[in-house]
Amino acid sequence: MDNEKAYQYWLHSVDGIGMKTITLLSSHIGRASDVYRLSAKELKWFLNESQLLKLEQKRRSWDITGEFARLKAKGITFVPYGDNKYPEKLKNLSAPPASLYIKGTLPDPTLPAVALIGTRKCSGYGASMAKRLGLALAKAQIEVISGMARGIDGIGQKAVSETGGRTFAVLGCGVDVIYPEENAPLYRQIVENGGIISEYSPGTAARSALFPPRNRLISGLADAVIVVEARDKSGTMITVDMALEQGKDIYSLPGRATDPLSVGCNRLIKQGASPVVSVEEFVAEILSESKRKLSSEVISLKKRRQTKGGTKNTASEDRTMVDSDNDTLLFSQETLGFEGDEEVLTTMNSDEQAVWAGLDYTPRSLGFIAELCPQIGYQALLSILIKLCLKGVVMQMGTGNYCRAVK
Amino acid sequence: MFAKIISGAILGIHSYLVEVEVNASGGMPAFAMVGLLSAEVREAAERVRVAMKNTGIKIPTMHITVNLSPANIKKEGTAFDLPIAVAVMKAANELPDDAAAGMVVIGELGLDGTVKKTCGVLPIVREAIKKGYCTFMVPLENINEAKVFSHVKVYGVRSLAEVMTILRGEEAGDCLKDVDREEDERLKSQNQSPKNTDMVKPGVMGAKGEMTVTATINEKSNNKVNKKTKQQMNEPTDDTSVDFADIAGQEQAKRAAMIAAAGFHHLLLIGPPGTGKTMIARRISTIMPPLTEEESLEVSSIYSIAGLLSSEQAIMRERPFLNPHYTISAQGLTGGGRIPRPGVVSLAHRGVLFMDELPECNRQVIEILRQPIEDKMVSIARASGSFTYPADFIFLGAMNPCLCGFFPDQSKCSCSERDVRRYLARISGPILDRIDICAEVARTSIDALKHGKSGMTSAEMRDGVDIARQAQAQRYQASPYRTNADVAVKDITVFCRLGVSEAALLEEIFQKMNLTARAYHRILRVARTIADLDESGEIKEEHIMEAVHFRLGDGRYW
Repeated sequence: MDNEKAYQYWLHSVDGIGMKTITLLSSHIGRASDVYRLSAKELKWFLNESQLLKLEQKRRSWDITGEFARLKAKGITFVPYGDNKYPEKLKNLSAPPASLYIKGTLPDPTLPAVALIGTRKCSGYGASMAKRLGLALAKAQIEVISGMARGIDGIGQKAVSETGGRTFAVLGCGVDVIYPEENAPLYRQIVENGGIISEYSPGTAARSALFPPRNRLISGLADAVIVVEARDKSGTMITVDMALEQGKDIYSLPGRATDPLSVGCNRLIKQGASPVVSVEEFVAEILSESKRKLSSEVISLKKRRQTKGGTKNTASEDRTMVDSDNDTLLFSQETLGFEGDEEVLTTMNSDEQAVWAGLDYTPRSLGFIAELCPQIGYQALLSILIKLCLKGVVMQMGTGNYCRAVK
Repeated sequence: MFAKIISGAILGIHSYLVEVEVNASGGMPAFAMVGLLSAEVREAAERVRVAMKNTGIKIPTMHITVNLSPANIKKEGTAFDLPIAVAVMKAANELPDDAAAGMVVIGELGLDGTVKKTCGVLPIVREAIKKGYCTFMVPLENINEAKVFSHVKVYGVRSLAEVMTILRGEEAGDCLKDVDREEDERLKSQNQSPKNTDMVKPGVMGAKGEMTVTATINEKSNNKVNKKTKQQMNEPTDDTSVDFADIAGQEQAKRAAMIAAAGFHHLLLIGPPGTGKTMIARRISTIMPPLTEEESLEVSSIYSIAGLLSSEQAIMRERPFLNPHYTISAQGLTGGGRIPRPGVVSLAHRGVLFMDELPECNRQVIEILRQPIEDKMVSIARASGSFTYPADFIFLGAMNPCLCGFFPDQSKCSCSERDVRRYLARISGPILDRIDICAEVARTSIDALKHGKSGMTSAEMRDGVDIARQAQAQRYQASPYRTNADVAVKDITVFCRLGVSEAALLEEIFQKMNLTARAYHRILRVARTIADLDESGEIKEEHIMEAVHFRLGDGRYW
């Protein structure tokens, strides 16, 4: 069987041979090892010229057992379509990937999963909300799927993995290629606490053309999609389109009407996406929704897992099963573990509270803040701001702007 | 026949006196020049010969030897033409024996006998006064440079013929400018004293009884500026064409400019294009205190050496404001040439060096600024020796935060994070580390522009700066420092003393914000200036906080 997988790996690595050709080959020829043994003349019936050329090349240069051993040594799991590990959720896609390469693990199908996506160049508001959402989702043991990109994706996933939650990154390059480079620490964290997933063979370099297709996997692996910040026309919106096609729930974080970074989000709300007005409510909603969906499937799934002998996550499953009635109660602010604004306020004196009220999660200029609290003098205002910075509740952006910090 | 005339020359920034010795004796007719001369000095022989001939003075057919002493320093420049000519005439018995005794003669000659403008008159005169000379003959175009000093007699000459008239004791005509009759009389009696022409004898002038006149002359750098000529100098003009009131809003940046001017701190302005960074920078001159007399002489000497003083503007009274284009070369910045001429950093001495679009500068050029910013001088090594020029300026940089200019406003910035990093990385850490204050120049709303809330005016800001400068003058009167930015680390605890709670606060900041030692001292110095602006003897909490607010780095941009 393993040997057959090595042949499959060879076949799937051939450039230009995708799901369609592989289905064709398997229905007419059978196993990949059989394809390997066919002559070019015979293969000509199924492949076009360029495919044949590439296949021939690969056949000559490829060391079947050696390459597969190398793949294993890198810690990469090869999951072709039809494998029993292949995620159910992806099978239903209109264009399921022919195979998946995984570093780490695949998402647990019994746990709810949310795709947390957004713009690469986010505002302070977007960053802080991504962090909050990641934190809350991790605490609620909801798996987070994203693209490990700069901005919202990376920030959200970082928050999840740092809180001990499980998160999965679908890449637009080989799973052994770290893109973007600066997310290397995050990459290692995700391998530990989840998995790196790609449909492209290892070593594939990041190309812009490869990113839109991978977005279908992000939404495909998730039960719901939350958009944190998105411009009107962006990669994020492509993911949303695909999620809609796949029938996923769309959640959107509302922003200011004037903020170009929130135009996409606000438009989604207009089109019917659920606005996220509170992180806690959102998490509770996801949980109850997933339970409703899962209740029918989980039992059968559980049985299947138990026959396989793997009962790793039963404890968490049980938990998601039990408290179906009072989610909102369970995931109140305290259990989610971040200090609410009110709590921060109790540690401040009246002037500090006034300054705090003049601050937002998007950076505001000193002049703007000064206008909002005219009773406080310039130097006193600076003193308070720097003090709040020292407390860690406020951040100085550039030198002239301040914003609230997310703990 | 032997004759000797005193002249002067410039070596780097330093001036020294030169004895021009001429001997005319029998033998093969010749005109030989010795004394480690550069090409332009050697050419003087031809200029002198022709100029004399065209003025109608006969050169004796004798073996004429010219020696410029001290002979171990390389002589440069064209200022020796006139003293050589005078010495030759004296040696040829065309002039009386005591002609030009105790007089310092400087000037270039044209072939028709005209006396032309030369560089470095001011520092040479200054040096000569220190050495006890008080009569000068300079080109008429340079006369104001010499007349900067009081109690000196200056002849401004236009031609060799005029020189002859003066030195033969005939009517000086209008050559002798603006010297009091009374003073003139007194000087006449002194003229005799340096007759032994021992150059290194400053005591000569201090002869008892004449102290009233000369006391001020010999004191180190206490050369009092002649009040009468002040009108001709570049007085600080109350230029109303630019004013901080022109700038709508930007109170933050204005405040930063005020602190920088008050404490002589280096300042960096960051902001999107078109927000007024350059406008602010250009207005910083309007709030700088005027040069003190000593500073004014220092700056004028540099400008004189660079040949940048015009006959109208004999002395710099306003602080220099230098704004080199960002394509400037390293030599342009520090000073270039075999014997380097003062570069932009030296011309900005005691003033402002404004570098607009800082990241567009050649990386190497920016790095060169490290030494002058830190040491307040620039050393240039050449084959002919190492030259040190003063370069104590406020470094004022202006830059966009990224290529498109809108970072960190993500809704407008079109640069990727990597692009931003790469752009900011053009300014290296060591340079950033030397900048005391960083101010953001934000975009102003259209309302603010329309309804023109202009905020602080230059006059108001200047008042603040003056108060702070007075406090500093008082504090540092017994120390070598002039401003808060000068204070060395070893003395920082003396001059920037903190109370117990303030020290604890700064320590907390130091630890929480992960500051470097240099950043710590920088905050202290800036806090001291802010306290001075507040007329506060102690550095209080709010002063430290404001200094922290304006500090740079710590992951905010870099």
